[in-house]
Amino acid sequence: MAEIQEKPAGRPDKGLLGVLNWFDERFPLMETWNYHMARYWAPKNFNFWYYFGVLSMVVLVIQLLTGVWLTMNYVPSGEGAFASVEYIMRDVEYGWLLRYLHSTGASAFFIVVYLHMFRGMMYGSYRKPRELLWLIGMAIFVALMAEGFFGYLLPWGNMSYWGAQVIVSLVGAIPVIGPDLMEWVRGDFLMSGITLNRFFALHVIALPLVLVMLVFVHVVALHHVGSNNPDGVEIKKNKDANGIPLDGIPFHPYYTIGHDLPAIVLFLIFFCLVVFFAPEMGGYFLEKPNFEMADPLKTPDHIAPVWYYTPFYAMLRAATFPLFGIPAKFWGFVVMAGAIVLPAALPWLDRSPVKSIRYKGALSKIMLGLFVISFFVLGYLGTIAPSPVATLIAQIGTAIYFAYFVLMPWYTRVEKTKPVPDRVTG
Amino acid sequence: MRMLAKKTTAFNSAARQFLLVACLVLGFTAPLGIAAESNWHMEPFSGDLENLPSLQNGWRVYMNYCIGCHSLKHQRYERTADDLGIPHEIALENLVFTGQKIGEQMTSAMDPSRAKQWFGAPPPDLTMVSRVRGTEWLYNYLKTFYLDETRPLGVNNKVFVNVGMPNVMQELQGIQTSECIQMPKIAENGGEMRDPLIPGKAITEERCGQLVLQEGSGQMNPEEFDQTVYDLTNFLYYVGDPSRLERQRIGVFVILFLIILYVFTFLLAREFQKDVKH
Repeated sequence: MAEIQEKPAGRPDKGLLGVLNWFDERFPLMETWNYHMARYWAPKNFNFWYYFGVLSMVVLVIQLLTGVWLTMNYVPSGEGAFASVEYIMRDVEYGWLLRYLHSTGASAFFIVVYLHMFRGMMYGSYRKPRELLWLIGMAIFVALMAEGFFGYLLPWGNMSYWGAQVIVSLVGAIPVIGPDLMEWVRGDFLMSGITLNRFFALHVIALPLVLVMLVFVHVVALHHVGSNNPDGVEIKKNKDANGIPLDGIPFHPYYTIGHDLPAIVLFLIFFCLVVFFAPEMGGYFLEKPNFEMADPLKTPDHIAPVWYYTPFYAMLRAATFPLFGIPAKFWGFVVMAGAIVLPAALPWLDRSPVKSIRYKGALSKIMLGLFVISFFVLGYLGTIAPSPVATLIAQIGTAIYFAYFVLMPWYTRVEKTKPVPDRVTG
Repeated sequence: MRMLAKKTTAFNSAARQFLLVACLVLGFTAPLGIAAESNWHMEPFSGDLENLPSLQNGWRVYMNYCIGCHSLKHQRYERTADDLGIPHEIALENLVFTGQKIGEQMTSAMDPSRAKQWFGAPPPDLTMVSRVRGTEWLYNYLKTFYLDETRPLGVNNKVFVNVGMPNVMQELQGIQTSECIQMPKIAENGGEMRDPLIPGKAITEERCGQLVLQEGSGQMNPEEFDQTVYDLTNFLYYVGDPSRLERQRIGVFVILFLIILYVFTFLLAREFQKDVKH
């Protein structure tokens, strides 16, 4: 029997490993892989709520891919847009699939992002040292809202037209410069093909670029500070002799395959059930008036944004009285914008000695519960036509929404918290 | 409160003035635009895209009674013929009256600007009318035209009040009028009320705004006409989203594939989770 030869000191330079080696000498391939995947130590106690970050990325990829193929057949002009969407639906091979994947993806994006944000609020994932991570996430959220808004005009249906008209007209409520600014935003004296073209440019180039870059930065920041967990315990405080967190497990393969993969498939099952069997989702994902072409002379009976904007739309409408001689519409705009960006202040509003809702006191739990209820109630109110009762409830809901944030420095300090364990629990 | 009431009155009078001016300015066209809310009791409609004879008949009715004014401009003859199982030659001979080619879109021969002069507004394209209005609305709308001398075209509609469209299928359905008739009184539990003294005799009440058909005034009996309107509505349901059947057929396989994939990924994930000590 021949002697077993010693392996060469260096890495092999032949075969697949050789190719890998060639790249690795010229690019930090294995280093990057290890830093972000195989040797990224994630807390071992992630639960259900930790699926929605990766699911957001899945939906982002779905939107980018279907978006590219939709753009190949879409005609960005006032005359051609509406007909080109129907051309995609009828004449392009599997065009209906691309369109329904993209329209369902828009709603799915907001579902997973809202749940992802709620996770952060529940477990205090915005607390030190993750403030910047949270701010980048908020920037993604705002960019996503803009992306959805610009995209919604593109089918050039009647609800697209009037929905965009309502939101753009808010700019006109700004004192002094409003009317001129509104004209500048629209590029015309009314919503027109010119507005459509600039929204198209923003939707397919500017904002996707911003979104992808922000998501990249979001992940880089996350992997620098490390993931939070349902206990809000820093796993980096307890390391073994090799400097590996005792409660940490390698992100790959234990989270990629061992946790996320079946969840992604399960998500795709629900996603495809909508795409293939209920793409209109009862008028919530695709609204009925949007199957009629945009008509500047025909206002829909009831203008409502798509469901994912309705909580903020309800707050916009809840401002019903003028103040300081400025019309109510402007204050509605201020309230809405405030409601969208206020969560960015969370890292500095939360004064609790603990991070996770598990160890916070009763007040925090009640306020978070009220916040969720107000968000759902406002979301519903945003879909229905305004009435005096609905407006009153929307005003109460808006007050609760803001109270959750504004009162947080007080209620997180006065309440009695539970002791936090040193290590993560289960 | 008084302030509010005052404001409301001011708004009402302003609105009334506006409507008055609008009516005067627009003259003939204005009444067409003011579609009052209808409270007509809708008959349910359930589409059946696998019923090819129904869809074929619906297309035939559409090409004979509707395409003259209403285009289906997003849909092509060829696609429709293929989906409905009609050979191209037969479709071209019997259903295409404009000399168009099979690959062309189903446009209407009517000149839109002329149409606007005639009807006050150009007849809308109906490719997606079933998605905008709903199939139930369409089915009931097509059945509830009645004589109304106060309207410019002599007809009105129960579902689309003050509609600007003539009753094009009157020769098939016959003449309907809106009358006050004796009808069985409905109890709170939804049943018809009976006279307690005379067994079986219904207690009736006069109900107005009911549609009465002049017997023998149409080429079809009510059942035949109902079937025709059903077929036409079913066809418009198909045209609204022609890939619906194919989508659902593919969807079944996609979901089945994903469920099997889920089982395997779940089992794989469980193997990895065994390594993690809690």
